[in-house]
Amino acid sequence: MRSLTYLACVLIVMGLAFWAYRENYRTQTAMGEMSQLQREIAGLREDLGVLRAEWAYLNRPERLRELVNLNFDRLQLIPQESGQVIDLGNIDYPKPPAPPEPDEEGANVAPEE
Amino acid sequence: MIRTPLRPLARILRARERGENPDEIEAENRRLRHDAIQDKARRRAEGRLVLMASCFVLAFGTVGLRMGALASSEPTEPQAQVLSAQIISQRSDITDRNGRVLATNLLTHSLYAHPHQMVDPVGSAQGLARIFPDLDLERLTRDFTSDRKFMWIKRKMSPEQMQAVHDLGEPGLLFGPREMRVYPNGHVASHILGGSGFGNEGVSSAEVLGVAGVEKAFDGWLRDPANNGAPLQLSIDLSVQSAMEEVLASAMEIMSAKGAAAILMEVKTGEIVAMASLPDFDPNDRPRPLLQGDPSDSPLFNRAVQGQYELGSTFKLFPVAQALDLGIVNPNSGINTQTPMRIGKYRINDFHNYGAQMSVTDILVKSSNVGTVRIAQMVGVERQKDFLQKLGLFDPTPIEMVEAPTGKPLVPTRWPAVTAATVSFGHGLAASPLHLAAAYATIANDGRRVRPTLIHRRTRPEGEQVLSPRAAELSISMLRQVVVRGTARQAEVAGFELAGKTGTADKPRPNGGYYKDRNVATFASVFPASDPEYVLIVTLDEPRVRNAGGGESRTAGMTAVPVAGQLVRRLAPLIGLEPKTDENLPTFDARFEPRVEPLPGDEIKIVANQ
Repeated sequence: MRSLTYLACVLIVMGLAFWAYRENYRTQTAMGEMSQLQREIAGLREDLGVLRAEWAYLNRPERLRELVNLNFDRLQLIPQESGQVIDLGNIDYPKPPAPPEPDEEGANVAPEE
Repeated sequence: MIRTPLRPLARILRARERGENPDEIEAENRRLRHDAIQDKARRRAEGRLVLMASCFVLAFGTVGLRMGALASSEPTEPQAQVLSAQIISQRSDITDRNGRVLATNLLTHSLYAHPHQMVDPVGSAQGLARIFPDLDLERLTRDFTSDRKFMWIKRKMSPEQMQAVHDLGEPGLLFGPREMRVYPNGHVASHILGGSGFGNEGVSSAEVLGVAGVEKAFDGWLRDPANNGAPLQLSIDLSVQSAMEEVLASAMEIMSAKGAAAILMEVKTGEIVAMASLPDFDPNDRPRPLLQGDPSDSPLFNRAVQGQYELGSTFKLFPVAQALDLGIVNPNSGINTQTPMRIGKYRINDFHNYGAQMSVTDILVKSSNVGTVRIAQMVGVERQKDFLQKLGLFDPTPIEMVEAPTGKPLVPTRWPAVTAATVSFGHGLAASPLHLAAAYATIANDGRRVRPTLIHRRTRPEGEQVLSPRAAELSISMLRQVVVRGTARQAEVAGFELAGKTGTADKPRPNGGYYKDRNVATFASVFPASDPEYVLIVTLDEPRVRNAGGGESRTAGMTAVPVAGQLVRRLAPLIGLEPKTDENLPTFDARFEPRVEPLPGDEIKIVANQ
């Protein structure tokens, strides 16, 4: 009986040791992955910074003004003037077209909002 | 301890007398002695057991507690940051009030050389001179062939140049990462942003330091890692600023002015929506400051903040408002305006002769010097000084720029009667346009002090009451009269109810006296007059316009005022101000719930590089 207990104990300890060993390596892999991800995030952040700088550069007012002048024939954009914006309540919207009749068979098709 | 003998003689003798066995005594004593020894051994063993047990309890307790802590806490990354992320986030971005980028960082590289490691110094010097035309070939060759161990070649370079240098294949040429400050909008808001340069330089990184403007004023904040990369949000609106600079630049050209400045400020908060000073510069390539001559000739000079101008008749509002506040006059009181007026040996003239008497309103509308001096005399010197001080015209503005203290007004040290008289119509006290903006905003803000700021949505204590709301309201309605029927008629923009005062001041000569043909034209205005929301100041330096008769005009009414009108027409739609019209548009009940696209700002949150 006693030797059986000993055997069981040894087996349990060996099992736990194996589990701990595997956990250890899994943790190390996860940490490696994580630092990889962090490097990737840092790289992407860097790219994001560059893209935002580029976006701001391409949208600089001077360039937009040049583009407006270049494309004046087609777009005819001029600076916004007062009185061009009115309240939503002052606009008489036509009623939207009635939603299409739901199909006889396609009862499962949800009516469009 | 006294050891008890096993066979104590006295007891043995007594036992023998009684005929007992003396060995029993010995056995008894031996037993007692063994008991004592056993007790001692047991105690020691027990002590060891307790020690061991407590060690184990402590060890397992520690493990258990740690496990519990790990299980109950939020999982975090054990390694916080990676190196390259830190390099790019050394300095926070600067954005405008809508989050559009005004200044950001780019990662670039610097180039340095280890001449002692070079394989082909002459060839690499030639290669470098080919890639960078601004480098001197002879000097490079001399440096590379000398016994120097280290030298910088380029502070920053483009990726293409870096690749070209890389392709030279020279092991003695090395790259160091550099964070570079970029101002994507070029000239726009250049004076506000200032610029930046490198501080301490190392091979692997370099400090980026602000040199001027907001960059320098907030240098500590921008470099503070505790902000977690949050951007510095200025109160500037990029579109408004850009439009303002465009309008000013064309006005400067038409009126062949030497310089121009304009400020648009929110009345309630003191936030500056746009502030321009021309000529300006590109903060990406900041010019060197002038070492000789007048610093105000340099494009680096910020006329709006640093300029000290005698702002002329725009000051006339202050004695009038104060007299209204003190109840000395009301808008219809008649004031003696007999010109010329004598103060000691000085004579004060009006531009035209306006007759013997005018109402207080007309003094502002027609801009009478004599009338203003009479009102200032009623107020008195001490009270006049006190009021101007309360309006902030004696101290530098508290705006968050390093240039602010250099814009300290030039206040006369002594105030004899004649100084008090000239200051009342804006001569003898030189202040920056920003001071004027703050003072007008104070009057427009129901008399509560307004302090200009460049930071968006910062909670600040409410300003103290400088003027009674009643006097402030009367002052604004008198200013409105100036635009409706006075010297600023050209600034009337339908629906925006501009109210303002012109000011034309001759420029002082550097060695005393005034120029006859050079002046500073200023228009200080508030709009809309019924509920003031914005203050607009326009200042033109030495403007000239040809008028219809073929003559030349330099007065503010002909120069600064039309520019202000143009600015309001252009900027008001951008700041979302709608004209007040009598026309009534019909309103309709919605026949259905119109689907409104959500504003893009609701969803996209600009996060800084952290």
